[in-house]
Amino acid sequence: MDALNTVSYVFIGIGLFFNFVGAFGLHRFPDMYTRLHAATKCTTFGSIFLILAVIVQAAGIWAQGETSQSVMCIHSVLALVALLVTNATGAHAIARAAHRSGEKPARAAVDDLEGKEND
Amino acid sequence: MIDWFPVVIAMAVCIIITVARIFIGPGAPTRLVAFDTTNTLVVATLVIVGMMFNHVIFIDVAIVYALLSFTMTLYVAKYIGGSKF
Repeated sequence: MDALNTVSYVFIGIGLFFNFVGAFGLHRFPDMYTRLHAATKCTTFGSIFLILAVIVQAAGIWAQGETSQSVMCIHSVLALVALLVTNATGAHAIARAAHRSGEKPARAAVDDLEGKEND
Repeated sequence: MIDWFPVVIAMAVCIIITVARIFIGPGAPTRLVAFDTTNTLVVATLVIVGMMFNHVIFIDVAIVYALLSFTMTLYVAKYIGGSKF
């Protein structure tokens, strides 16, 4: 159980670090596209590791014979899968909608997608 | 056993930082980005709270919250993009 606790602490450290990087990147970057880049990628990565820490703890208690933790472990895996599928798709939809609504990148000289309708 | 309470406090600080961007961010797309980020952090926090209180119902709520917030993101993105439903 000590080894599993160590693994969980490492996962929690990685997850909190990337979540804070994403939250501060939302304030530090100049326009909407770079904010989307920072916030979505960093918080998805950090949340994956935080949920992995929960999964490791629940699986460790489950392996000791406490079968009531099996539901916790499996449902955490389901939550992780839901988060993985929805975050990437949602970020793509936000970026596409913002470009179609005419949002310009800050300090951009050339917009390669100008005038194209990629539907 | 791990003490999960400081982790929840740190995640709450992250959520407060992103909610501040919802209020100050110029324009609808920036606010939508901040709201999507907040939803991701809330899902992770709900899973941790479920482990802390040893209740599975929090994790079920987290799954449904993730799917519903994804639907909300898609519909608001369609509204911002100006396409017809």
